[in-house]
Amino acid sequence: METILLFAPLVGALIAGFGWRIIGDQGAQWVTTGLLFLSALLSWILFLGHDGVTEQIHILDWVQSGTLDTAWAIRMDRLTAIMLIVITTVSALVHLYSVGYMAHDENFRDNESYRPRFFAYLSFFTFSMLMLVTSDNLLQMFFGWEGVGVASYLLIGFYYRKPSANAAAIKAFVVNRVGDFGFALGIMALYFLVDSIKLDDVFAAAPELAETQLTFLWTEWNAANLIAFLLFIGAMGKSAQLFLHTWLPDAMEGPTPVSALIHAATMVTAGVFLVCRMSPLMEYAPEAMNFVVFLGASTAFFAATVGLVQNDIKRVIAYSTCSQLGYMFVAAGVGVYSVAMFHLFTHAFFKAMLFLGAGSVIHGMHHEQDMRNYGGLRKKMPYTFYAMLIGTLAITGVGIPLTGWIGFAGFASKDAVIESAYVGSGGGYAFWMLVIAALFTSFYSWRLMFLTFWGKARGDKHTHEHAHESPNVMLIPLGVLALGAVFAGAIWYGSFFGKPNEVIKFFGGSYGEPAAEMVEAVAERSPKASELHYVMESGPGEAAIYMAPENTVLHEAHYVPTWVKLSPFVAMLIGLITALWFYIWDPAMPRRVAETNRPLYLFLLNKWYFDEIYDFLFVRPARALGQLLWKRGDGDVIDGSLNGVAMGLIPRLTRLAGRAQSGYIFTYAFAMVVGIAILVTWMTIFGGAN
Amino acid sequence: MIGLEHYLTVAAALFVIGIFGLFLNRKNVIILLMSIELMLLSVNINLVAFSSFLGDLVGQVFTLFVLTVAAAEAAIGLAILVCFFRNRGTIAVEDVNVMKG
Repeated sequence: METILLFAPLVGALIAGFGWRIIGDQGAQWVTTGLLFLSALLSWILFLGHDGVTEQIHILDWVQSGTLDTAWAIRMDRLTAIMLIVITTVSALVHLYSVGYMAHDENFRDNESYRPRFFAYLSFFTFSMLMLVTSDNLLQMFFGWEGVGVASYLLIGFYYRKPSANAAAIKAFVVNRVGDFGFALGIMALYFLVDSIKLDDVFAAAPELAETQLTFLWTEWNAANLIAFLLFIGAMGKSAQLFLHTWLPDAMEGPTPVSALIHAATMVTAGVFLVCRMSPLMEYAPEAMNFVVFLGASTAFFAATVGLVQNDIKRVIAYSTCSQLGYMFVAAGVGVYSVAMFHLFTHAFFKAMLFLGAGSVIHGMHHEQDMRNYGGLRKKMPYTFYAMLIGTLAITGVGIPLTGWIGFAGFASKDAVIESAYVGSGGGYAFWMLVIAALFTSFYSWRLMFLTFWGKARGDKHTHEHAHESPNVMLIPLGVLALGAVFAGAIWYGSFFGKPNEVIKFFGGSYGEPAAEMVEAVAERSPKASELHYVMESGPGEAAIYMAPENTVLHEAHYVPTWVKLSPFVAMLIGLITALWFYIWDPAMPRRVAETNRPLYLFLLNKWYFDEIYDFLFVRPARALGQLLWKRGDGDVIDGSLNGVAMGLIPRLTRLAGRAQSGYIFTYAFAMVVGIAILVTWMTIFGGAN
Repeated sequence: MIGLEHYLTVAAALFVIGIFGLFLNRKNVIILLMSIELMLLSVNINLVAFSSFLGDLVGQVFTLFVLTVAAAEAAIGLAILVCFFRNRGTIAVEDVNVMKG
């Protein structure tokens, strides 16, 4: 069943990509979509029937060289099962949605067949992503990692006639290379130290790695910390964390379904998945984890601030994604991997839905993406409006405070992240960054809603007159995702963020009594959390995630002070009210605020000038270097020397040799005799070669 | 007493004269043939001299073969020369440069 699930998208991609001339555009669409729905169905069966026990399914031997023994294998555990349903469900819905969204496209000529290509890429992406999450060793994971990178490149640059799309595709690819470099180094370091890249071996060696020192870049490092850090660099690239985030907003050049699938729900969460997958190693790398927390929190805050002022509807959601990924990393960084997965899981639903909803709006508004030209679309697109409303309620975390789980999906998971951050960071930097980011999230999400669906119609009148609701094939995926956005949090709250024993059981581990001094330490730290009953007993790698017995963040997060529990909700309310004030009650307000705080506004509008700084620091020097190598190195040295030899030296030599060819027999005879004379002399005097 | 070395000296002298006949002659192809003949004969002298010196008749038998071949060669050479003269109207060596690259 797992094999069918994994390879159905590949089969779909091959059929659509190579056989579309036979089966036609429609055929290619429905074959890929149908196979994806099959995959989705199988993964739900697998997820709901999964008992949490890790099992390995061997498919074929792959690379065997020396001690390196890599098999193509599936590692089936809870973590994989969660990712499987996220990927296949969103992918299947996005396939279906694309049938409507891609039906007509002005970027292509009438007689051009672009849809089979699109669906083949989408299916190929899904296959790579499945390879990534099911891998049993780091090489296969790296294959999937690069596969999704390629698919992302192809899909961002799908409108290949637009120069901006091509530039964005290249940018995404190049920025990801930086991260992949770290990831590859991490894998090599693991192979160097553990002599295997199988996950089981790596996990088993994790405690030992924590004791090992490694020299790298002329410095002594703790091996576990260094490897965790390098792997996290890879995760940073893929998940668009601060400093390697610049590709994500530009990736919005791709068609909207692509943004929903790749740049919101699945590929960008691969980094979070990686950190959770490597949790047995991460648990032994406290410094690296602090860095993860710090960077995640900074990203969450940074992206949220930029999201406040963007005008392109897709860019707002892109920055929102970036920010939410920061939340997930904070959760993973403080050691509650289940909560990171929880937020990943719920985020996939509501963010994919927001993107698809935005796509529906864009589709209905004739590819207008600037929110300043929207307004009053509530009546024209009622279903899209309700879907987006649910998505917004979910992302801003609306729910009944202090119950923990009664609310939209984002309420349960985001509050879990923030409470964990409070415990994990001791109520410091990460916690406050996340709370402020929650406020901003609420503001820009509602700003998007108010600008798009409320108020008077702005912009081109003609476009507004022709604005229409999208076809059913696009609305059905929205409806399904809306179900997820409403219920995913409440249903799986206990499994991801319940009592430790529940969570440990869900992830296939075994729990046991904590040591007495642990209980005392926890009780001393937070008196309310004194009833520590269970800690994880499974060793590294035995369960899907590993939480060291000393890691009690999951337990303590349930007993944070009430004001901490309320803080995300209050932040959400403040954001909502500010948005209401700015965009409903007093629409002139945003302009006034922007004018009075012009430097700040420009700073945010230009995304903290990251692109400009990178342009100055990396792009231009690289360009100058390339120019130098091209003009001086290639043009002068290589071409020059070749031309010099071919046009100067060789003709001169040939003229010389030509002169020796007189054509007279006596000249040749003379040469022969001279040669013999020299040879004989040499033989007699020096005895020849001997 | 005339010894082996005297014969060899005469042969070497004849050989070198033959060679120089080949190089220096620019006029007539017939002289080329004559030079080759001279060189062959010098080799013959060598063969006979060694044959007598070593008391082995094979050298002298071989000389007879060389003479025979030389006669045949001279006949063929002259025949070619006649053909050449009919075609080109000259037998001057300086005009024979068809092989010039």
